[in-house]
Amino acid sequence: MEPILIVKDLKQHFTVNRKYSVKAVNGISFEIYPGETYGLVGESGSGKSTTGRSIIRLYEPTSGEIIFNGHKISGKMSEKDIKELRTKMQMIFQDPMACLNPRKKVVDIIAQGLDIHHLYKNRQERLEKVYRILEKVGLSKEHANRFPHQFSGGQRQRIGIARALVMNPDLIIADEAISALDVSIQAQVVNLMKAIQKETNTAYLFIAHDLSMVKYISDRIGVLHLGHLVETGTTEEIFTNPIHPYTKSLLSAIPAPNPKVERDREVLTYRYEESGIDYTQGKRQKISDTHIVLATDEQLKEWTK
Amino acid sequence: MKERVLSIRDLSISFKTNHGVVNAIRGIRFDLFKGETVAIVGESGSGKSVTVKAIMGILSSNGFINSGKIDFTYHRDDEVVKKDLVQLSKKEMRQHICGKRIAMVFQDPMTSLNPTMTIGEQVMEGMIHHYGTSRKEAFKKAVELLELVGITDAQKRMKSYPHQLSGGMRQRIVIAIALSCDPEILICDEPTTALDVTIQAKILQLIKDIQKKKNISVIYITHDLGVVAKVADYVAVMYAGKIIEKGSVDEIFYDPRHPYTWGLLSSMPDVNTVDEELYTIPGTPPNLLRQVPGDAFAPRNHYAMKIDYIEEPPMFNVGGKHRVSTWLAHEKAPKVSMPASLKQRIEKMKKEAE
Repeated sequence: MEPILIVKDLKQHFTVNRKYSVKAVNGISFEIYPGETYGLVGESGSGKSTTGRSIIRLYEPTSGEIIFNGHKISGKMSEKDIKELRTKMQMIFQDPMACLNPRKKVVDIIAQGLDIHHLYKNRQERLEKVYRILEKVGLSKEHANRFPHQFSGGQRQRIGIARALVMNPDLIIADEAISALDVSIQAQVVNLMKAIQKETNTAYLFIAHDLSMVKYISDRIGVLHLGHLVETGTTEEIFTNPIHPYTKSLLSAIPAPNPKVERDREVLTYRYEESGIDYTQGKRQKISDTHIVLATDEQLKEWTK
Repeated sequence: MKERVLSIRDLSISFKTNHGVVNAIRGIRFDLFKGETVAIVGESGSGKSVTVKAIMGILSSNGFINSGKIDFTYHRDDEVVKKDLVQLSKKEMRQHICGKRIAMVFQDPMTSLNPTMTIGEQVMEGMIHHYGTSRKEAFKKAVELLELVGITDAQKRMKSYPHQLSGGMRQRIVIAIALSCDPEILICDEPTTALDVTIQAKILQLIKDIQKKKNISVIYITHDLGVVAKVADYVAVMYAGKIIEKGSVDEIFYDPRHPYTWGLLSSMPDVNTVDEELYTIPGTPPNLLRQVPGDAFAPRNHYAMKIDYIEEPPMFNVGGKHRVSTWLAHEKAPKVSMPASLKQRIEKMKKEAE
């Protein structure tokens, strides 16, 4: 199967001044296949959000190649590719309070993409499209004429999802889409996203720091640290056979809802400066067809002992 | 005999809004003992934050306490003082209680620090204000505190500004500020929601260590059940302004009795979940603008009985420290057990614990 998105050696640097630039993303590569969910995890500052934003071209990538649906979308794009990217790749943002225009009605928020790309013939069709999407995300027709402030956090996130879905995207980038929600609401939104995926075969790039949720929703996972993809593999591989010490420490830090286990669990600490690992020296080492670790030959030997 | 530090009885709080009066807290009672940790869990809007704000005396201006007592016992130079915090004036609270006896750590370290003051100034401020400590002494103590919360190079850091530190470091500073006046009670309002798992684990461990060292009592507010399992001795589950189940952590996690607690535990994916779909609690919490007849959870409760819509359930004692407010616990109620999937999960958890 052809991947829907190929990221090759993506670099995203931000120039602070002439002498110094922040290397937020420093050469990462991965693929996403149609209909699957790729989870991107890592601590804050590891570059996971930057990766998502570079892919959808909210930033101008410094170097590297991004291929989406067979079109190259890094560097200069043709008019046609821009149109393709803007319709077929969509994003869901973290803060449902901040990402909706408070002065617009829900119907206009959702239809904005349709308006821009002239994807309907008449007003009737526009309305019908919005109603259909609203129903799909568990809201009703009556909600279309309300304003964002009249909704609860979970409902607002549904509007954000509806806005992405109305374009019939092939890939949705969900940047911490459920982090700001309550546990019970999180479950609702995650169920909704899964149901939609089943129906439309949309691929997700799911960016989050809550590992138990990532494990639940993702087919494959990439672990980012300091702008490097230190380990990637299927969910099974990452959780049962983590190789990289950073992945191990990350997994050991997930709090489990089990008091007796939790009370005397030791969390593995990992400090990059003291570990003596230099990410720029590492090569992409294949453990299996899907499982890749960033390491030098000696490190790999030591970690897999 | 354990020393009781805080005892809340029949507390009820309302807010005046444009739409009418909202009964945010509808009669709660709980106790906090010295050196122990109570975690309050619940959805947003269930009244967890309002409860602790009432303890701190920082309710917003449209809120008022209808009834109830918050008895706070503390030591002042070998003398035991007992005060009802509800009766104290704002000024008295500011002078004697807030920050000095009861300190609070807020959710977002980015907004709870003053960006125009150095960290050192902010840590020293409380000591100088409450105890009249000299600057020199305060400086020395502040450095010690920063070291206690695990900040390396504390001398140098005293002159840093909040923006020069990472999120985890900032939260450590906030904890240092909270501890600067040797409080009896530390209230942590979602102290780690804005942080990553690795840093979260460190901060939780830090609070735990300090608690042991200084023998203070801690109230946690959180909706992360993993955090609760790690830190708490006792758990109180809140729903629509009431505590609907409380007990020791083991009782709540291994033997939950209230359907809402079942829902809460089921809806959280643990690392071993493989089910196709996560459990969700149907419906939404009730609007507290209106009087809620009967059990507030009844409309969302799969197991609701007729009486749930008519009369409010009292607190039933189900053994040990475990109290639950649902008619299902009544002796005449039909025997209902928790959902099978949750039961399996608890069995698995018990096995892991062995």
